[in-house]
Amino acid sequence: MSIATPPVAPTTTTDQLLHFDDVAMTFPNGTTALSGVSLTVNRGEFVTVVGPSGCGKSTLLRIASGLTPATEGTTQVDTSRIGYVFQDATLLPWRDVQSNVELLAELNGKPKKERQKTAKEAIDLVGLTGFEKHLPRTLSGGMKMRTSLARSLTLDPELFLFDEPFGALDEITRERLNDELIKLFTEQQFAGLFITHSVSEAVYLSTKVVVMSGRPGKIVDEFPVEFPFPRDPEIRFTAEFAELCGQVSHALREGHH
Amino acid sequence: MTTTPPAPPKNRTLMRPATVTPTKKKSATWVPPVLVALGIIAIWYLVSYVVLDDKRRFLLPPPHEVFTEAFFQPDVFSDIMVALGRTAVVALVGLAIAMIIGIGWAIAMSQARWIERSTFPYAVILQCIPILALVPLIGFWFGFDYPARIIVCVMIALFPMVSNTLFGLQSVDKGQRELFQLQKASRWTVLTKLEFPAALPAIFAGMRISAGLAVVGAIVGDYFFRRGEPGLGSLISNYQSRVQSAELFAAIITASLFGVLIFILFGWLGKRVVGKWYDFSAS
Ligand SMILES: Nc1ncnc2c1ncn2[C@@H]1O[C@H](COP(=O)(O)OP(=O)(O)OP(=O)(O)O)[C@@H](O)[C@H]1O
Ligand SMILES: [Mg+2]
Repeated sequence: MSIATPPVAPTTTTDQLLHFDDVAMTFPNGTTALSGVSLTVNRGEFVTVVGPSGCGKSTLLRIASGLTPATEGTTQVDTSRIGYVFQDATLLPWRDVQSNVELLAELNGKPKKERQKTAKEAIDLVGLTGFEKHLPRTLSGGMKMRTSLARSLTLDPELFLFDEPFGALDEITRERLNDELIKLFTEQQFAGLFITHSVSEAVYLSTKVVVMSGRPGKIVDEFPVEFPFPRDPEIRFTAEFAELCGQVSHALREGHH
Repeated sequence: MTTTPPAPPKNRTLMRPATVTPTKKKSATWVPPVLVALGIIAIWYLVSYVVLDDKRRFLLPPPHEVFTEAFFQPDVFSDIMVALGRTAVVALVGLAIAMIIGIGWAIAMSQARWIERSTFPYAVILQCIPILALVPLIGFWFGFDYPARIIVCVMIALFPMVSNTLFGLQSVDKGQRELFQLQKASRWTVLTKLEFPAALPAIFAGMRISAGLAVVGAIVGDYFFRRGEPGLGSLISNYQSRVQSAELFAAIITASLFGVLIFILFGWLGKRVVGKWYDFSAS
């Protein structure tokens, strides 16, 4: 895991990592989840997608990760190091934190020494040191999510996909994890594509907020977010922040009809 | 439970109590069954002494006679214990075979849909056919000694192993599957690192049921064959034909206790192996 000299703002290198061009998805049962989606995620960007439930946000991530092929359009992924954090922590309940975090490296055939070391580092990054021996059932929701995050971090991803990772958490835990995610983003320098239902979370985290319409999901608006990194939690209470949230919410409501 | 990073070790102890075992008093678990047992014994006496007259009391000898005339008679007791030993061998060997075949079969079905489609119906049929009707046939084909008894036992104990294992293997969470898929894990890896461990609770639940059935199976074959070294089945059959009802009850009680014992044994084993991460009481 490269811990680059922090906290240089991930400035605009136009190095493309993910590109959707006119992507559409129609499921075999006839449901059209996405239509005409074009979106680029560059190195140094953290793009957040907000949209009504069922508009195809998860589907978009599944296409990006290769889990599901799109039925139309092209998807170009320019890295093999992709992290994917699901809405559920999807931990294996019989493995403790350490061995859950080691899982992906283990599946990739990494030698034991190496994966132990990478896992230790990742556990440290998400602040779970001391909990290595704990089983998932003894962890709180936030700690499970941290474990899941650490597991993906072991891949040292260049592109990080997040599917509403904090959706099930309470507000305070969510805000704390948002700050830690920003810290990871500035230190680890991955590009992010982040799905959420929360407008303020979207604005707080990202370099760009993308708003999707109801099903079939289309991109109806995009908002660049200019606040500097690492973000000051206090920006949440500024007028500019409120203004931007208002605009995103408005676009969301417009797109719903 | 907090989500703060666990920097101070004090915090760590705070996290500990989650190894939840509801601190119910032990007595709560054994008092009700004991009460039920006392109730049954009371009714038993009632039937023996009040409902049945002297001449018909042999139909249900009072509980203490089961002891005075059977368990406490050295020759009867040793007959029953020797028979129990033979039955136990048949039941345990049968159970082991049922476990191996059941788990193997279920894994094969989980790996290939066509195997499941073409063979699972026979697992169901196996459970539905009246094995009792087949028992004499099995005797003709395989002789009337241990191998035939074991075959009957396996046939009776097999189904829960097959169906529980299959259910367990297929109940893996979709998200966990995709996690493996994203790393391009091989089928073998998915089976050994995901499906099989995830199926363990279901497998142990199946083992518990099969264990009880294996005891029944070990007795049934023997009961009908009445050849070779007598197990509990032959013994029960003999006592029956000679109307030795106290001895008969003693043999039946011994068989049930043995069944309960291995049921408990496998329950305990399951708890030992997966109880740390799986909460049996929740399902
Ligand atoms: N395998 C599938 N077959 C058929 N329809 C599907 C399939 N997967 C998803 N869908 C449908 O496609 C639509 C988009 O699903 P998706 O999960 O991408 O929505 P989403 O935007 O992530 O919703 P949410 O915010 O509730 O998570 C939904 O209407 C869903 O029912
Ligand atoms: Mg979704």
